[in-house]
Amino acid sequence: MLIKKASDIRSSEITSRSLYLNRRKFLAGAAVAGAAIAASTGLRRLINPTTVAQAGNKIDGIKKSPFSTTETITPEKDVTHYNNYYEFSTQKEEPADLAKNFRTRPWKVKIDGLVDKKQELDVDTIIKMAPPEERIYRHRCVEGWSIVVPWVGFSLSELIKRVNPQSKAKFVEFTTLLDPNQMPGQRRAVLDWPYVEGLRMDEAMHPLALLCFGMYGEDLPNQDGAPLRMVLPWKYGFKSAKAIVRIRFTDKQPLNTWNISAPSEYGFYSNVNPNVDHPRWSQAKERRLGEFFKRPTLMFNGYGDQVASLYSGMDLKKNF
Amino acid sequence: MLRYFKPVIFLACLAPLANLAWRGFHAELGANPIEAITHSTGTCTLVFLLITLSVTPLRKLTRQYWLIDLRRMFGLFAFFYGCLHLTTYVWLDKFFDVHEMLADIAKRRFITAGLAGFVLMIPLALTSTKGWIRRLGGKRWQALHRLIYLSAAAGVIHYIWLVKADLRSPLRYAFVLLVLLGYRMVASMTSRKKAGAGIAPATKIEVSES
Repeated sequence: MLIKKASDIRSSEITSRSLYLNRRKFLAGAAVAGAAIAASTGLRRLINPTTVAQAGNKIDGIKKSPFSTTETITPEKDVTHYNNYYEFSTQKEEPADLAKNFRTRPWKVKIDGLVDKKQELDVDTIIKMAPPEERIYRHRCVEGWSIVVPWVGFSLSELIKRVNPQSKAKFVEFTTLLDPNQMPGQRRAVLDWPYVEGLRMDEAMHPLALLCFGMYGEDLPNQDGAPLRMVLPWKYGFKSAKAIVRIRFTDKQPLNTWNISAPSEYGFYSNVNPNVDHPRWSQAKERRLGEFFKRPTLMFNGYGDQVASLYSGMDLKKNF
Repeated sequence: MLRYFKPVIFLACLAPLANLAWRGFHAELGANPIEAITHSTGTCTLVFLLITLSVTPLRKLTRQYWLIDLRRMFGLFAFFYGCLHLTTYVWLDKFFDVHEMLADIAKRRFITAGLAGFVLMIPLALTSTKGWIRRLGGKRWQALHRLIYLSAAAGVIHYIWLVKADLRSPLRYAFVLLVLLGYRMVASMTSRKKAGAGIAPATKIEVSES
């Protein structure tokens, strides 16, 4: 398979270091000027809250990745305090606190279905399968907001190659932990627990499909899907299952939780697509956290060069 | 007594706005401040609609008839927060893009419902003065102001249609609204029965401050 690099870093577009530093000075100057005007200061702070980094275990030996975007990274505090993680709460501010004591070790991941090497793998065994890479991806929520996150992990294909799926296996299904004692959101049937998600085999093998166990150079925080989650940057956020306990290979298209909940609103593919609206709201624009104005949403969230071929010939309005 | 009490209530009604402004200027509105502003102004609109609707049952049940003097203020605060909520949408969400907003109103039923709820409040706010009560006459004024039932219902439906999966919060508002409207239905049925038992047919409808 021919894998193209990220389209957003054509060499002609890479900012030279001196220019970059000048830009910083300019921005700093602008910030000072802005601070002079009380109202605008207020607005600045309103849309760009101060950041407080969270302590975590640093991951060693992280490699850079050509798939990374050069866009401004969203402050870690926002990414850790604005979480759609219904297993803990339907309120985005709450998982940070409710997941505080979530136990991520010991953690087993069951590999089964149409696979030669059915097994239960310890999450630490999985993490050591390949060297960790930092992948700075855009992440677009189906609700219309987006973030840029430096995830840490490696391509899911690294794991798939090692467990030998059978040729009949056409899909992969991910299952999130079911544990209402630890995950208070599961005590109510807001969704059909446990959370399940799925990918077509070629999607799962795509190098952009990231098996993720860290972000911002550290272990993945509990509220962001620790200890192991998927990150699929060209799909809406909910496709990226968190706290994965099972990876099953199958010949039938697996169900996915949001599709079960509202089939007319959330499809199996759920590729980011500005031309196909959610029935209740437009997907043409998005609000990047920290920005005041909305920005246009890009087809496949800007990863079209890499993934569009997976869907050639498909009616994306029908297969939303 | 009410002379001193009313300004206190007035300030209390502004507390949610003050709280929002305070948190805004101290960067405490979370990762998506504009969403936080949208949600909290929307919540305030609904809450004040329900508070307005609870004045009549409350004053009848507790026989604290002076409560009626607060009703207009509550209603106008509902309109006030509704204006802020709509402004957030028009400005911070759509950036005055008329084309986009029209498409939204036509296509998104939760927007349609929300806008209907707001539009229904406009005549009520405009005719909330003593002068307008006199000009319209008590009965007609009252009939007009029953639009608040529709407005509140539209607001609750707006909220129900908006959420993705967790209906708990909007259903709480729906429940309170149903209780408040249910009270009125029961009250009007019993008063009609009473009127029916009298000599004359209901020529004189009891002026119930709905």
